[in-house]
Amino acid sequence: MSNPEFSNPIVKWVDYRLPIFSMMHHELHEYPTPKNLNYWWNFGSLAGIVLGIMIVSGIVLAMNYTAHIDYAFDSVERIMRDVNFGWLIRYIHMNGASFFFIVVYIHMFRGLYYGSYKAPREILWILGVVIMLLMMATAFMGYVLPWGQMSFWGATVITNLFSALPIIGEYIVTWLWGGFGVDNPTLNRFFSLHYLLPFAIAGVVILHLAALHQHGSNNPLGIDIKKKGDTIPFHPYYTIKDLFGLGVFLTIFVAVIAYAPNYMGHPDNYIPANPLVTPSHIVPEWYFLPFYAILRAVPDKLFGVLAMFAAIAVLFVLPWLDRSPIRSAKFRPVYFIFFWVFLADCILLGYCGAMPAEPPWVLISQLATAYYFAHFLVILPILGLYERPVDLPLSISGGSPDDDAPAAQAAE
Amino acid sequence: MPDTAHETNDSHGDVDEGRRDFLYMATGAMGAVGAAAAVWPFIDSMNPAADTLALSSIEVSLAPIEEGQSVTFKWRGKPVFVRRRTAAEIAEARAVPMDDLIDPEADDERVKDGKDEWLVLVGVCTHLGCIPLGQKAGDAKGEYGGWFCPCHGSHYDTSGRIRKGPAPLNLPVPPYEFLSDTQIKIG
Ligand code: HEM
Ligand code: FES
Repeated sequence: MSNPEFSNPIVKWVDYRLPIFSMMHHELHEYPTPKNLNYWWNFGSLAGIVLGIMIVSGIVLAMNYTAHIDYAFDSVERIMRDVNFGWLIRYIHMNGASFFFIVVYIHMFRGLYYGSYKAPREILWILGVVIMLLMMATAFMGYVLPWGQMSFWGATVITNLFSALPIIGEYIVTWLWGGFGVDNPTLNRFFSLHYLLPFAIAGVVILHLAALHQHGSNNPLGIDIKKKGDTIPFHPYYTIKDLFGLGVFLTIFVAVIAYAPNYMGHPDNYIPANPLVTPSHIVPEWYFLPFYAILRAVPDKLFGVLAMFAAIAVLFVLPWLDRSPIRSAKFRPVYFIFFWVFLADCILLGYCGAMPAEPPWVLISQLATAYYFAHFLVILPILGLYERPVDLPLSISGGSPDDDAPAAQAAE
Repeated sequence: MPDTAHETNDSHGDVDEGRRDFLYMATGAMGAVGAAAAVWPFIDSMNPAADTLALSSIEVSLAPIEEGQSVTFKWRGKPVFVRRRTAAEIAEARAVPMDDLIDPEADDERVKDGKDEWLVLVGVCTHLGCIPLGQKAGDAKGEYGGWFCPCHGSHYDTSGRIRKGPAPLNLPVPPYEFLSDTQIKIG
C-alpha cells in the first residue's frame, strides 16, 4: 500500500494521526476491481444503501410511534394522517423492507450463479447468510409493531414455532412472550429489538466488507485476477456504475411508494389486532413465503419447524457441499441448468406458501421442498464429482496470464 | 543459547505444568460461573412478571347457552370455548376407539362427571396458536364435526381432540369448576 500524498494541509494533519483518508484511498481508489463486473454486482452496494434508508426512516418513525397494545395501532394511523410527511416516511420504511429482501435475494442468487461462495470467500458468504438471518428477525419484529391482525397472528404463529422443541419448548415460548400469549410485554421487547438489530446488521456488514476486501470481488468469469490489466480502480469506474444502478433502483422504489404503496402488504393489517379472532387466511410477508411453504409441507410439527430452519442452515455449509473447483456457472454446463431449476423451485415454493394448505398445494410444496434439499445435498455434491467443465479462459483480459497488455503485442 | 530457557525457569524453580493447567481451569470455571450468575437476571427479566402471573379467574353463566351452541369467553387473554354438546356429538366422541387418536384421551376424562354436555376448552390450536373455527353456526367445523384450524389445516373432534393435521395435542381443558348447575369458574 503506497501512502497517497494529500495536498490539503488539514487532511494531511488528520491523516497523520488517524489514517482515515489513506484508508478510503486504499479501499476505494486503489482497490483493484475486476474490470468485467456486470450489473449483478450492483446489488451489494444497493443493499448497503437500503440498510441506510431503513435506519433513517425507522429512527424518524420511532419518534412518533408508541409501543403499547392500546396505542400502537392508533399511533401508526396518526403517523399516516397527522404527522407531516408521516405517510411518506412510513411507506418508505414499509416498502423499503420488501425492496431490501428483493435486493439481497438477487445478491445471493448472483453468488449462487457465479460461485462467489467458493474458496477463498467462504466466510464472506457465511457472513452474508448471517445478515440474511438478522434481516429476517428484524423484519418479522418490525411487522408486529403496527399491531394489526396480521401483526398479532404472525407473531403468534412464529413464536409458537419454538413450542415444537421437546421439553424446553413451552418455557422458551413463555419467555419469548413474557406472558401467556403475544401481549404488551411481547410488543415492548419486539420494539426494543427491532431498534437494535439493524445496527447489529450494520456491524456484520462491516465484517462482510472486510472479508470481501481481503480477496476482492469475484467476477462473471469466476477466475482469479492474474495480472494488472485484469483490474480497474474501484473509483471512479464502479462508483459511477453503482450510482447509475442506484438511480434505476430509486426510480422503481419511488414509483411503488407513490402508486402502489400497499401492493406488497396485507389489507388485514389495517384491522386492529384481536386475540380472539384469527383471520381466515394468514400468510406471512412475501419474503418468508418459501420458508413458510417448507414449514407447512411437513405434516409433523417438530419436523416441519426443523425443516424450515434446515433450509437456511444448509446455506451455511454450501461452500463444502459444492465440490466443483469451477466458480462461474458459465463454465459448468450441467450446474447452469440446475441453477435455473433451483431458482424456479424457490419461486414455486414461494407460490405454494401463499396458497391455502389444501390439495393440490400440500403435495406440490412437499415435492418442491424435497427438491430444495436435494439440490444442496444430492445434486451439488454429485456434480462436483462428475461434471465436465468447459475450458476456462486464461485470464480476465484474455491472453496469457503473466503478460500485460503492451507486452502481449510484442509477443504476437 | 540452548540454556537460556532452562536458566530462566531455574531461577524460579521448575514449572509445574499440571498446577498451571489447574489454575487456568479454575480461573476459567470461576469466570464462567460468575458470568452465568450475572446474565441470569437479564434473561429472567424477560419471563412473565409478577402482575402478569397473578392468576386471574372468570365466572361464566351457562344459562343462555342452547344445546348445540358454542360461546367464547376471554381468559388470560386467550379464548375459552364452552360448547353445550348434543347427544349425538357426545355419542360420536365416545364411540371413537383409542387407537384412532393422535393424542389418546377418553372423552369422559375431558368433561366433569355427570356434565357430559358441557365441554370447556382453551381455544388455541396446539400447532402454532391460531384460533380454530367452529364456534359460530356458519363456521367450518372440520372433518370430525368439532373445530377446524384454517392456518395449517388441523381438525378437532367433538371432544376437542386432534384427529388430523399438524397439531400434536388435543385442545387443552383449562382448570375450572361448577359453582352451580348454570355457573362455572374458570382458572
Ligand atoms: C445487508 C445486506 C448486505 C449488504 C449491505 C452487502 C454488501 C455487499 C457489498 C457492498 C458487496 C460488494 C459488491 C458486490 O459484490 O455486489 C458484497 C459482496 C458479497 N456479498 Fe453481500 N451484502 C449483504 C448481504 C449478503 C447476503 C445475504 C449474502 C449471501 C448469503 C451475501 C454474499 C456476498 C458475497 C458472496 C459477496 C462477494 C461477491 C462477489 O464478489 O462476487 N451478501 N456484499
Ligand atoms: S396453528 Fe392451527 S393448524 Fe397451525
